[in-house]
Amino acid sequence: MQQYQINEDGFYGNFGGAYIPEMLYPNIEELKNKYTDIIKSEQFQQSFRLLLKDYVGRPSPLYFAKRLSQQYKAQIYLKREDLCHTGAHKINNTIGQILLAKSLKKSRIIAETGAGQHGVATATVCALMGMECIVYMGAHDIQRQAPNVGRMKMLGAKVIAVHSGSKTLKDATNEAIRDWISHPTNTHYIIGSVVGPHPYPDMVARFQSVISEEIQLQLMEQTGRDYPDKIIACVGGGSNAAGAFYHYIDQTKVDLIAVEAAGAGLYSGKSAATSVLGTEGIIHASKTLLMQTADGQIVEPHSISAGLDYPGIGPMHAHLLTTKRAKAIAITDQEALQAAYHLSQVEGIIPALETAHAFAALEKIRFHKNEVVVVNLSGRGDKDLQTYLKYADQFINQKHKSDAK
Amino acid sequence: MQNRFQHLFDKKSENILNVYFTAGYPNLDSTKELLHNLEVAGADIVEIGMPYSDPLADGPTLQKSSAVALENGMSITVLFEQLQDIRSETQLPIVLMGYLNPVLQYGLEAFLKHCANLQIDGLILPDMPLSIYQSDYAVLFNKYQIKPIFLITPSTSEARIRAIDTLSEAFIYVVSTANTTGSDQLFTDATIQYFKRIKNMQLQTPCLIGFGVSRHDHFKETCKYASGAIIGSAFIRHVQSKGISSSSIQSFIGSIKGSYVLQ
Repeated sequence: MQQYQINEDGFYGNFGGAYIPEMLYPNIEELKNKYTDIIKSEQFQQSFRLLLKDYVGRPSPLYFAKRLSQQYKAQIYLKREDLCHTGAHKINNTIGQILLAKSLKKSRIIAETGAGQHGVATATVCALMGMECIVYMGAHDIQRQAPNVGRMKMLGAKVIAVHSGSKTLKDATNEAIRDWISHPTNTHYIIGSVVGPHPYPDMVARFQSVISEEIQLQLMEQTGRDYPDKIIACVGGGSNAAGAFYHYIDQTKVDLIAVEAAGAGLYSGKSAATSVLGTEGIIHASKTLLMQTADGQIVEPHSISAGLDYPGIGPMHAHLLTTKRAKAIAITDQEALQAAYHLSQVEGIIPALETAHAFAALEKIRFHKNEVVVVNLSGRGDKDLQTYLKYADQFINQKHKSDAK
Repeated sequence: MQNRFQHLFDKKSENILNVYFTAGYPNLDSTKELLHNLEVAGADIVEIGMPYSDPLADGPTLQKSSAVALENGMSITVLFEQLQDIRSETQLPIVLMGYLNPVLQYGLEAFLKHCANLQIDGLILPDMPLSIYQSDYAVLFNKYQIKPIFLITPSTSEARIRAIDTLSEAFIYVVSTANTTGSDQLFTDATIQYFKRIKNMQLQTPCLIGFGVSRHDHFKETCKYASGAIIGSAFIRHVQSKGISSSSIQSFIGSIKGSYVLQ
C-alpha cells in the first residue's frame, strides 16, 4: 500500500526534509525531537482543545448548502472555517504553535503572512498569551490586504514590510527565516502553512487536522456515513487542504481535490499553479514542487489572492498529487471572482478570495448524482472587499443595481 | 590533482584572508578581473558566489548583489564558461558558494564533474544539511575530489563539530554571530568565548571565521583564534562604491590587512 503520511526522516515519499542552514539546526532539532511528545501530552491536549472550543468557537458547523446542491446535483456541505475566531482556519494552527512555543520557553514570536489571515491569527494568540509578535508581510500584500494589517496592529503586533523579490508571501517567508537565523534562542517561528523544513509540514497538518476530525463526526450525524465522496479545498501552501484531507488520506474511496490559483491563465506566465507548472526542487528548506527556471531560480508567481500567491506547495501535497492520490484543478482570477459573487448571492456567504477558488472548482467537476461533497470554506471575505468591489460592475446584475438607485 | 588548500595551509597557517564576491556583480563579465585583482592584492582564497533568487542565509548586501547578478544574466552555465581557462591564470584556491536548488537543477554529479574539470577546489552550500551530505552526496564529492566546506555556529554541539572536522579537507567556516551575512557589530564577549572554545578544540581542519568581519580590527581579532577570516558583504559594499579596478581592490585588501589606510 502507498504510504501517504510522513516517514521518520520527515519525508512524504520524495518530498519534504529539512534543507536548513546550520544556523537553524539547533532550533529545528529541538522542534523535531520534542513536537510529538508535547502535542500528545495530556496537558497540551487539554489546553489546545479548550481554546479551540471556547476561544476559536469550534466545532465549526458543517452546513448543507441547499441551493448549491440543487445547482450542481450533488449534496454539497460547507465546512465553515470562516466562522472561526479571526475569520479563517489559520487560528487552529496558531493556537497549537503558541502552546508549543510556551512549552519550549520561547518569548518572541515571528510569522510570515500573505493574505494576512495567518498574521492576524498569530497576532491574536500572541495577545492572548502576552508574547511579543513580529509579522513579515510583502509590501504588495500590505497594500491589497489593508484591513488585516490594521487588525494586526490593533492586536499589538509589529508588521514589517518586505520589499525584496515579488514583495509577496515567498519573500515574507524568506525574511521570517532570516529573522529566525538572527534570533535563534528566544524566538519561535510560527509558520502558517504546511511548508518549510520538517517538522513544520507535519506539525501544521496535525493542528489543522481538527477540520477533518470534525467533518467525520458531523457527516456521520447528518448523512449516517462518516466520509464524503469528494473533498475540495484551495491550496497555496496547503494548510486548509491538509486539515480537510487529513483523516481521509488513507481512505482512497474519498476523492481529494486541491484547487490551485491559475492567475491570469494557467500558461499566461502569471500563475501560481504549482502542481502543473512546478518541478522538483527546494523552497523554504523543503524538497517539493516549485515554480522555477531551468537554472533553478525561483519564479515569481501571480494570483489575485495573496494567500495562494506562492511558487511552491507543501511537500505532503506534492506527494499526494504526484502519486495521483489527490487531483489538482486550476482556477483563474476571473473564475474565482465569479465564484465569490455567486456564493455570496446564492448562499449569503462572502468567502475569502482564496476560498473562492475552491468554489469555482465546482464548475469543473462532473458530479455523480447526489454524491456527498465537502467544500472547505477556509475563510471569510471581509478582507477582500476592496478587491471584490473593484469588479462589482461585472458581477452585480442590472436589476439589483437599478433597485439601489 | 593538487590540493591547493593543503599547499596554502602548509605555507601559511595564519592571517589567511578569504574574500567572497558574487559572480556577475557588478557586471556579468567582472569575474575574471575580480579574481585577478584579488590575487594581486593578496587574497589567499577566493570564494565565488553563485547568485540565487532566494538566498536565505544572506543579508541585504548579498541579496542585492545576487539580484543584480541574476539580472545581468549570471547562471552556473555562464560562470563555468567564464572560468574555462582559469587555471592558466591563477593557482589560488577557488571555492564556489551557492544554494542547493540551482545545483540540483544543474544536476549534482554534472556540477561536481564540471568543477573538477575547471579545478575548482571547494564548495559551500549552506542549505545542504550534514546528514543529507553524508547519506546521499559524499560519494560524489569524493569521486570528483571537490571539498565540501561546512558551517559551524555558536550553538553547534561539540560532537557535531568533531564530525564536521572529520569530514572536512579544506577549512571549517566558523559563523561568528547568529546572524545572516553582513551585519557590522563588534564581537561580543560571548562570541570571543566561542572563538576560544573552538580554538581549544584543536581541530585538524583550519578554521576561518566569517559573518560580521568587515574591518581591520575584526580581521586582527579573528586571526587570534583562527587561521583567518572570510570577508563578503564588506567587500561587496566596497565594490559597489569604489569599483573593481586593481587599485580599488588593493586599497580594500590593504585596509583589511592593516597595511593600508582606506581613503
